[in-house]
Amino acid sequence: MSATTELRSLGRQGSTAKRQNKVAFWFLLPWFVGLFAITLGPMVASLFLSFTDYNLLQPAEFNGLENFTRMLGDERLHRSLGVTFTYVLVSVPVQLGLALALAVVLDRGVRGLAFYRSMFYLPSLLGASVAIAVLWRMVFGADGLFNEGLGLLGIEGRGWISEPETALGTLITLNVWTFGSPMVIFLAGLRQIPRVYYEAASVDGASRGRQFLSVTLPLLTPIIFFNLVLQIIHAFQSFTQAFIVSGGTGGPADSTLFYTLYLYQRGFGNFDMGYASALAWLLLLIVGAFTAVNFWASKYWVFYND
Amino acid sequence: MTDTFATTTRPPSGPAPRRARGGFRPVRSIAKHALLILCALVMLYPVLWMVVSSLRPNDVIFRDPSLLLNDLETGNYAEGWTAFADPFSVYLVNSSIVVLGAIVGNLVSCSMAAYAFARLEFTAKRWWFAIMLLTIMLPIHVIIVPQYVLFAQLGWVNTFLPLIVPKLLATDAFFVFLMVQFIRGVPIELDEAARIDGAGHPRIFAQIILPLMVPALAATAIFTFIWTWNDFFSQLIYLTDPDIYTVPLALRAFVDAQAGTNWGDALAMSVVSLVPIFLVFLFGQRFLLRGIATTGGK
Repeated sequence: MSATTELRSLGRQGSTAKRQNKVAFWFLLPWFVGLFAITLGPMVASLFLSFTDYNLLQPAEFNGLENFTRMLGDERLHRSLGVTFTYVLVSVPVQLGLALALAVVLDRGVRGLAFYRSMFYLPSLLGASVAIAVLWRMVFGADGLFNEGLGLLGIEGRGWISEPETALGTLITLNVWTFGSPMVIFLAGLRQIPRVYYEAASVDGASRGRQFLSVTLPLLTPIIFFNLVLQIIHAFQSFTQAFIVSGGTGGPADSTLFYTLYLYQRGFGNFDMGYASALAWLLLLIVGAFTAVNFWASKYWVFYND
Repeated sequence: MTDTFATTTRPPSGPAPRRARGGFRPVRSIAKHALLILCALVMLYPVLWMVVSSLRPNDVIFRDPSLLLNDLETGNYAEGWTAFADPFSVYLVNSSIVVLGAIVGNLVSCSMAAYAFARLEFTAKRWWFAIMLLTIMLPIHVIIVPQYVLFAQLGWVNTFLPLIVPKLLATDAFFVFLMVQFIRGVPIELDEAARIDGAGHPRIFAQIILPLMVPALAATAIFTFIWTWNDFFSQLIYLTDPDIYTVPLALRAFVDAQAGTNWGDALAMSVVSLVPIFLVFLFGQRFLLRGIATTGGK
């Protein structure tokens, strides 16, 4: 009985490759349609549009490299690049540092771990919402909660959101505030480090600080790397908070003009869709370059145990 | 082995290393808890203040940074509910339609694709898989302009279709990846046993794999819920008719129109808009955390 079934399945194996191609096609059909119609197709179209002048109403008109030469003299674009780089390069390291610190503290057998983890994780679910951005406007406004708190300490506040020097800082704070989701990933990573390593290290007389530097940190570098890549890509695409906090303008004085916000203004405010497509491709190149550099640099600091 | 070694060589008076790490030293433990509670309080203060302030009269809101509530003022909720162009329930229903469509779409299309990637052999599988992973990182801005043109030509602008149809086509590749990771953890012997019993791939998928991957499906549903409920960018682009505004669009329109005069109503409706997320978080946390660990821990 079992021999015959085995024979039968052996007989099947000859044509498995073919048969599975057909089955696989049906399983993947929705994904294929989505990939070509919604992702790759529009990607190619957007590359094409980036060499045209297009406003939705008239057919796209080829204009060569004009969109790209225009970028060179576009001061608002330069401003938005500066704002976005500052945002990414400040908020991501601070956010990840905080996430790592709290994950390490929580991992060392704190009672009520589940409670703390929930409390720290909650903001990362709320942070992307319009409601929280509205709240931020009230917290950091001239007569907002933050200044009330400072007032109790006898410190004179300012219009954190209405002044160009500090407006971006409030958005960075908001991104840092959502450190819960990388923290949860760090916690999962920390749990995979065998306890034996710490026991061996403490037998050798290593202090807790030493253990952190020589055991925890090296073994955690793959997770740090993963979080870093993800959060950088994520931060480059931030949009909602800047839009709500600045009322869609990117102000004051373009100090919160995120790249995506500028792209939105050009494409869907001015219907300058050729230029917006070129901006989109520049964004892709920038994010791609950051990711590539990250992967390249990982050779030097990411430690793989196996 | 190291364990016994450690306990036998240590002087009996000193605490065992494991216990020291466990935080049994009372002073250190109390300090740590105090620090953690302080951290959590600072983080959650704005949210708590939002809830408390939404229950205060409008003129008191900015003069009271405390969390103490003298009397419950529900006027902001009653007023805010009808202060927008439509009753707030309209926006809640609109958001719910989009969210439900997105959840169903993601569950069906992503699980199908994931089954193929995890269990089937087909031509150039590694390449397709690599492309799928790359699309996770693709910024939506790169495709939004032509996508808008496409949906505009189909007459889909100001309908929910541009927000739902892409989900039916597994464009949220993150979930495909999450499910592939999960299916890989299901013993292949189960598939083989079913195959010997004469089951084909559709049946193995529907009757063996799907029931076993409920945690991954739950994580997908919950993440889709939260991300779609919070989504602003694509809803801002595709929905311009105030009658089909979703919750985030309605909130934004209200806040901009008020220009900072009626914060009580804005706060109250902001709180309302966060309640579904909070509930999902409360009941689905287990799946969320496991979902993150599945994709992130690797």
